Amino acid sequence: MNRYYLDVMKGFLFGNRSRYGLIFTVMLYMLLIAIGFVYLYPLLFMLVTSMKSPGDLLNPMVQWVPTEFYPGNYIRAFRVLDYPNTFFSSVMISVIPSVIQTIVCSFVGYGLARYRFWGKNLLFALILATFIIPAQTTVIPHILSYRNLGLLGSSFSLILPALFGQGLKSAIFILIFYQTFLSLPKVLEESARLDGASDLRIFFKIAIPPAIPAYIISIIFSTVWYWNETFLTVIFLEGGIQTLPMQLMKFVQAYENLYPPGMVSILERLNEAVKLSGTFLNILPLLLMYFVLQKWFVESVERTGITGE
Amino acid sequence: MNLRKVIGNTEMKHGTREALYGYSFVLIWIVGFAIFTLVPLIQTFYFSMNQVTVTATGIELVFVQWANYTRALFTDPNFVELLIGYVIETLAAVPIVLIFSMIIALFLNLDFKFKGLFRTIFFLPVVITSGPVIQELTSQGATSVPGIADSVAVMNFLAELPPSLRNPVEYLLTSFILILWFSGVQILIYLASLQKIDKNIYEAAAIDGSSAWESFWKITLPSLATTTVVNAVYTIITLSHFSENKVVQYIFSQTYAVQGGIGYASAMSFIYFLVLVTLLALVYFLLSSRSRDKTL
Repeated sequence: MNRYYLDVMKGFLFGNRSRYGLIFTVMLYMLLIAIGFVYLYPLLFMLVTSMKSPGDLLNPMVQWVPTEFYPGNYIRAFRVLDYPNTFFSSVMISVIPSVIQTIVCSFVGYGLARYRFWGKNLLFALILATFIIPAQTTVIPHILSYRNLGLLGSSFSLILPALFGQGLKSAIFILIFYQTFLSLPKVLEESARLDGASDLRIFFKIAIPPAIPAYIISIIFSTVWYWNETFLTVIFLEGGIQTLPMQLMKFVQAYENLYPPGMVSILERLNEAVKLSGTFLNILPLLLMYFVLQKWFVESVERTGITGE
Repeated sequence: MNLRKVIGNTEMKHGTREALYGYSFVLIWIVGFAIFTLVPLIQTFYFSMNQVTVTATGIELVFVQWANYTRALFTDPNFVELLIGYVIETLAAVPIVLIFSMIIALFLNLDFKFKGLFRTIFFLPVVITSGPVIQELTSQGATSVPGIADSVAVMNFLAELPPSLRNPVEYLLTSFILILWFSGVQILIYLASLQKIDKNIYEAAAIDGSSAWESFWKITLPSLATTTVVNAVYTIITLSHFSENKVVQYIFSQTYAVQGGIGYASAMSFIYFLVLVTLLALVYFLLSSRSRDKTL
């Protein structure tokens, strides 16, 4: 009898084959919460600091809870970032190239997955090479030829490479589509071919519909990567189009243009709270997008089977 | 549709027809590769052998052979130091990212409540990580582990180290969270390959009396070997392409500098490219030879 209770207790604390024990569960949650906190620490720090009034910033007693609701930082950061304009150009600069890139990459991925032809391995090697080659080694000739064509400062400087499958991280998207189309059954396609459907028609009518998730995932990821890109946008768009991250890069300068240091009161001087408000406004659209579409983000790898060799 | 007619009329072999269609699907990429990658690559290499001056009408080239390369490697006081720092930082960051993402993936592969919430948290940085955001967060001290990097003991320890070693260690301490932030995609890749492991193997091992601990080392870890190589390569490339990377920034700043110029920047970018490839090859062979031993 005693032994039986001992076993039950043991099972409850340490778990058995069918369920985790109490100790393990508590440890698991504690670890996950601790790691999660460290992980989110920069974001929490940013959010809290951005809401501090100048008084709170100087007050060493105020660490995590501001004493008052102070939207002033956000109002000024909003003006300094020229938010409506930069937001709109960021959307244009990220969505258009990513949609084009996704479509082109799906063509290439389909060709690689569904047709046998000579030189396929070489092609794969080259696609991987485009992933490895740093932008620095190709960007200078790009600048010079765009300058000759008068494309510097226009969105075409990002759209053109995307149109030819050489956009940001195109290699990853080609591999995603390759995996997706490879995993579709070939039977439907063959029967359509026997019925006399052309190859393009087969691609549009039979291959694309089941691959829609891959399209959505590619567009989402590509949009995020284009949105966050600053190396190429600064080089190609400077002087023409101002994206949100580009404006954030020169936040200090823009702030001092709007609020000259000698002209405004000490409460309106640039401080870290205003800077972090700007940073938060910069990632806010991405955060909103992430929380709306999070299913697509976190299930993406499983859905597309990107890990398959 | 024209192509189809022509092919139909001449009664080509099935294989040739298939290859032609295959090529037409990938043609746009091949053209793009030639225009946007191959030709610029050759041009950059050509620039790197020249002294390049930009004029109003075009560019002037003066052939200098390897002078730009020797300058970068032997004369420039900053470049080699930045390059060494980059190599050490990357080699230090890769194991951290790999171990961290593997542990998180193992956690997320278990069954518990609020799994979706934690998954959302660990994947969040992928969405928001951009150069300026990281720049702002680092400069406000939001990316260091609170209380470690600024403690006196650590400061004293750092002061003892030689400078070439101090910078990477300092980087590890002040940007620890940042390094973890680069593990989002890797966590997903590990998770996907964990879910592909056949559950029956664990069952069979348990019946044969293997403990969970043994199962992890003998079943889980070897199954993740290929994935680890993929993740290591992905991590190195992401870190090397990141716009806040100091080498990247230095090369870019030299492009427009009076002293540097396009020729010099091109030479440095080629050296950087070679270092990156060497690093990738090193890690690849290190990890894949290890994993081969394990599976035997």
